[in-house]
Amino acid sequence: MSGIVAFGAYVPRLRLQRQAVFAATGWFNPALKTLAKGERAMARWDEDAVTMAVEAARDCLAGVERGDIAKVMLASTSLPFADRQNAGIVKEALNLNDVVGTMDVTGSQRAGTSALIDALEASRVSGPVLCVAAERRRARSGSEAEMINGDAAAAILVGPGEPLARLMASHTMAVDFIDHFHSAGEDFDYAWESRWVREEGYLKLVPAAVQGVLQKAGLKPSDIDRFIMAAPMRGVHEAVAKACGIASEAVADPLEATLGDCGATQPLLLLARALASAKPKERLLVIGFGQGCDALVLEVVRAAPATPDKMGVDRWLSRRKAENNYIKHLFFSGLIDLERGMRAEADQKTALTALYRNRRGVLGLVGSKCAKTGVVQFPRSEISVAQNDRAIGTQEDYPLAERRARIVTHTADSLTYTPEPPDYYGMIEFDGGGRMVTEFADVEATDVDVGKPMRMMFRIKAFDERRGFRKYFWKAVPDYLAPSGQ
Amino acid sequence: MASGIRDKVAILGMGCARFGERWQDDAEHLMVEAFQECLADAATDVTQIDAAWLSVGFDAMNIGPSGIPLAMALRLPNIAVTKVENYCASGTEAFRGAVYAVASGACDIALALGVEKLKDTGYGGLPVRSRGTMFDMVGVTGSAPGNFAQVASAYRAKHGVSKEDLKRAMAHVSVKSHANGAKNPKAHLRKPISAEQAINAPMIAEPLGLYDCCGVSDGAACAIVTTPDIARGLGKRALVTVKALALSVSNGWELQGMGWDGSYFHTTRIAARAAYHEAGIKNPRQEISLMEVHDCFSITELVTMEDLGISAEGNAVRDVLDGLFDADGAIPCQIDGGLKCFGHPIGASGLRMIYENYLQLLGRAGERQRSTPPVYGLSHNLGGMPNQNVSAVAIVGLLKN
Repeated sequence: MSGIVAFGAYVPRLRLQRQAVFAATGWFNPALKTLAKGERAMARWDEDAVTMAVEAARDCLAGVERGDIAKVMLASTSLPFADRQNAGIVKEALNLNDVVGTMDVTGSQRAGTSALIDALEASRVSGPVLCVAAERRRARSGSEAEMINGDAAAAILVGPGEPLARLMASHTMAVDFIDHFHSAGEDFDYAWESRWVREEGYLKLVPAAVQGVLQKAGLKPSDIDRFIMAAPMRGVHEAVAKACGIASEAVADPLEATLGDCGATQPLLLLARALASAKPKERLLVIGFGQGCDALVLEVVRAAPATPDKMGVDRWLSRRKAENNYIKHLFFSGLIDLERGMRAEADQKTALTALYRNRRGVLGLVGSKCAKTGVVQFPRSEISVAQNDRAIGTQEDYPLAERRARIVTHTADSLTYTPEPPDYYGMIEFDGGGRMVTEFADVEATDVDVGKPMRMMFRIKAFDERRGFRKYFWKAVPDYLAPSGQ
Repeated sequence: MASGIRDKVAILGMGCARFGERWQDDAEHLMVEAFQECLADAATDVTQIDAAWLSVGFDAMNIGPSGIPLAMALRLPNIAVTKVENYCASGTEAFRGAVYAVASGACDIALALGVEKLKDTGYGGLPVRSRGTMFDMVGVTGSAPGNFAQVASAYRAKHGVSKEDLKRAMAHVSVKSHANGAKNPKAHLRKPISAEQAINAPMIAEPLGLYDCCGVSDGAACAIVTTPDIARGLGKRALVTVKALALSVSNGWELQGMGWDGSYFHTTRIAARAAYHEAGIKNPRQEISLMEVHDCFSITELVTMEDLGISAEGNAVRDVLDGLFDADGAIPCQIDGGLKCFGHPIGASGLRMIYENYLQLLGRAGERQRSTPPVYGLSHNLGGMPNQNVSAVAIVGLLKN
């Protein structure tokens, strides 16, 4: 049997307040007032679909043996690279074996559910497949999409073994219904009238797909315990459920008020949230909409175990900071250019040769351990750093990314260029050995002190704007898994 | 067992350009300005120089690669010119090259010149630069204040010093250097400041404010060295000789190993021990007359007092606030204004420190001359960042007959 064996999510810490967006743009587009409620997840400047995918995957894989993973699929319509496999970067960051399949799935908001259907199919033959979806979609300033969109990632591990949930049936319809499109090379979406999208798109295509999947599964609408569908338009999920004959109590919260609509990520993220509380025998119907419709029916086999080393959707959602600065959102999204000063002119060119040689250290945060003395260090070196035994050629791989660390030294640098000054950074020391100097992300002044626990996150280190490249590395954030008060 | 450098090499002459924002001058002018003073002091001729060492910290927007810019600026007679770079300790490195060349007997007379033209950068502070392909992928491109500010966080944690007390001591360091710099006609910054000004200044890198940071200056400094015998032969009577030259370079332990707590400079402790041994100094707090240390930031100077063994560990805050290092204190530190106010043209700084000690030993420091005749002048020249650095300690003194 193949099914879902683990799940995880990631939501960036900042929550853009929609009222702040309206306060800045309402003079131009007063109709936005109807959307000016609640908040949406907003990526920091150093997060993109790849970094968030890595975080969701790490959340999913906590306590899971990574060596068995046969394939990584990354679904997104906002991938940073058009030709450098984005799933391949995720694979390096997760420090997976080189003998592994990777695939980017894109081109539609349906990419997340389509990838999941494929993953469930493929895993029967290949073994465990990690299916990740992540979005950081840019929207034009003052648009509805700017209000509605959110940034997040979700990860579902499917494979053989005793699953948490098994696939009963899936059904896919491909219909070139263009509610919006995003042409190659363009910055933004172009969308058609929402009333038409609702009436002719959602309310006709989804019920048809639901009918198809229920038929395959041999179920009635009333057999569905949870109806999981995103709501990029207000109430569309409820209207569709009603049209399908599904009770309103079964309709899952699409999180539009607290998270926003995270495109291809949303169905998988809502599924991850449902699985965290679902009981055995519950039937979950998951919808993915976009140039057609995907529908999956899953049956919960066993309740998800309590996992203190995982965050899951709800804990990520509660790790939040309200952001009322609309200009910051524009700047972090590259929609406004602030005067950055000459220090920002520093060339960020990466020697791709050096990155390749050191990819395990740079992208995977793999340090080394001296086989002779047990001394752990980062980065790896030919000769051990141990002062009492300069052993040569004894270094073995030692992954550091999942280790907790503590602050040894710190500062808040207002002179150096960073998109979010001041630049917090310092030396950290890992539990079990090894240390490094790195930037701190998602911190307030009160989070930073000698001895405070931190965890690593995969982030953008810098943009090479001249060549359209971005450098990834690991930063330390306050230990989100630590019990409060620590 | 090496016999060491003590008293094998004498300073024949020294020179130092006025430091500051030398908008009208190229590096060439700065080099010539320092060299002219030096040559006149040495009472020798350019054709007598056998070899030269040139130190520069920042290449790209300065004089460019190689020893050629020095040879061209001074029209040296096609002698060997070696360019050295060892972060902010480059000046002492050039001096070391020249001194060792003389001590080896390979040269009779050697020149060390350090220069830096920083005010062609376009902004305040040091230019942003690459530290190599690997560092640029995994390191933090923080500012110099950001790198050194971290020492303060660790020092506070280790010694249980409150933010306010440490800031007060740091302010005292800077107030003292401003007072000293005001008396130095060659200094970049010549205005006295108050402790309140220092404490309330805009934050650069927590907890370092504007007045916790040294000046970034244009400048040059140089020395001509020879053997004591040749110096006497050239008519010199009072001779300042090199008592010790020690250099210690991080091997990665602080950054990658375990044990360093971030509150001190590992290499300075090693270099200081080696220098005292070479100079035959048993009790530095009693024997060192005055110090020029690498006060790139107030916290660096404060911590260095402990690393040099002048203050006991954890006691620097008290010693600083007690005025021990003020111009009229027991062991003046930065009597010329230091990097803080004399200024910090990277490649020249190590030589500028030795220049001040040289003047003080010969009683030629004018208004800022130390009243008690100095015996040993120590200079401490530090480059890099606290977790990865080059630390140089040079001790000079009068040659006893």
